[in-house]
Amino acid sequence: MPSTAAAASPSGDDPLIVMEDVNKWYGAYHALRDVNLSVRRGEKIVLCGPSGSGKSTLIRCVNHLETIKTGRIIVDGVRLDDSTRSVDAVRSEVGMVFQNFNLFPHMTVLQNCTLAPMRVRGVTAAAAEATAKRYLERVRIAEHAHKYPAQLSGGQQQRVAIARALCMEPKVMLFDEPTSALDPEMVKEVLDTMVGLARDGMTMVCVTHEMGFARQVADRVIFMAEGQILEEAEPESFFRAPKHPRARSFLGEILAHH
Amino acid sequence: MGTTFGLGELGFLIQGLKWTVLLAAIAFVGGGIGGLGVALARTSTSRALRRITGGYIAVFQGTPLLMQLFVIYYGLGLIGLTLPAWVAVAIAFTLHASAFLGEIWRGSIEALPKGQFEAAKALGLHYVPRMRDVILPQALRIALPATIGFLVQLIKGTSLAAIVGFIELARAGQIVSNQTYEPLLVFSVVGAIYFALCWPLSLYGMRVESRIARAAAR
Repeated sequence: MPSTAAAASPSGDDPLIVMEDVNKWYGAYHALRDVNLSVRRGEKIVLCGPSGSGKSTLIRCVNHLETIKTGRIIVDGVRLDDSTRSVDAVRSEVGMVFQNFNLFPHMTVLQNCTLAPMRVRGVTAAAAEATAKRYLERVRIAEHAHKYPAQLSGGQQQRVAIARALCMEPKVMLFDEPTSALDPEMVKEVLDTMVGLARDGMTMVCVTHEMGFARQVADRVIFMAEGQILEEAEPESFFRAPKHPRARSFLGEILAHH
Repeated sequence: MGTTFGLGELGFLIQGLKWTVLLAAIAFVGGGIGGLGVALARTSTSRALRRITGGYIAVFQGTPLLMQLFVIYYGLGLIGLTLPAWVAVAIAFTLHASAFLGEIWRGSIEALPKGQFEAAKALGLHYVPRMRDVILPQALRIALPATIGFLVQLIKGTSLAAIVGFIELARAGQIVSNQTYEPLLVFSVVGAIYFALCWPLSLYGMRVESRIARAAAR
């Protein structure tokens, strides 16, 4: 594995993701302002905040779906510059789950899961299928392996999307509002899958409004507004007594609807 | 003094038909390969590639096919390239088809949800597997009705090759008509042959289209 920074030690203390003074603009719009964030191995982080606060943009920068203007992002010891080499190295270690699942509709569930390991890691078809079946089992959807995404419910599709990302055996999983596009009765099955993943020790960064999930698994809750990180706290103290007035009004609004 | 329209004349038309089918096939295969390159260039991140192919498409969509045939057939001769007529015509049709198919496929690539590109990137898939395994199979499927529609246009468009002396179906009909003095009969037969070639394709295109619409509604 090519590494542009000092080789990471395998101990649990070195951060897996580091963002330093990250700034991003969309035209004149300042989407991320001086963002500093460090995610330890095994840590679970929940990012919340009003829409347009930059939380999705932030995690999309981690795997270079968005590019930053200034600052540094280091993932597993690899400094993300715009080089193909660093982008490849980072993407192969970072899994991502999207709001709209983004499964490949022309492929079966199994093919969705085996494509990247075969094309990126060069794994044989048989090995890729064995891995895929293991993860499909884990998200409890193995019986649908030969169906197409359109034949599955939203919750099932999102669990397949989680399995697809896991098949690359990533070091960290990014979740971009994974339950926002789901019917209410399907939210639980996806959250349960994510809780299971957290229990198994996966490093996770989740953009979500599911405060129950945040309470249950997050080591830290990060509150963002207008592209800035305004508050970082353990879930208990964040929900009991948010310090920043913006966080207080945000929590008041979302809890009023629950 | 003319002959009457008989089996010999019909055979002559069939000879013309062979060239029509062959020309359309060459144009479609060549245009398929060229069009794929054009579509990929038009959707690439390189501004230079997008501009060059954009200009190429503008020229070939903005001028008559007849003129393109003329320019390429005589133009190649002027720069000292003496090619057999059918090769020159095949080059002209390939360039023509590449521009149109490239533009059809560019549209369908851009019509795919952005999430498909992003999911493929997030999984670490490079450009080639991303396009080959994820994007193009979906884009070409969406583009199938328009692609078949263009193929039908192309088959009929081969009649213009007559202008550089090529004896394809339409030109063969003209010759037979001049010999038999039965233009109405001869051109009815010629029309029927074109129809028999094109209509099943159109029908197939419509069926594919409704199948895609049904799948999208599911």
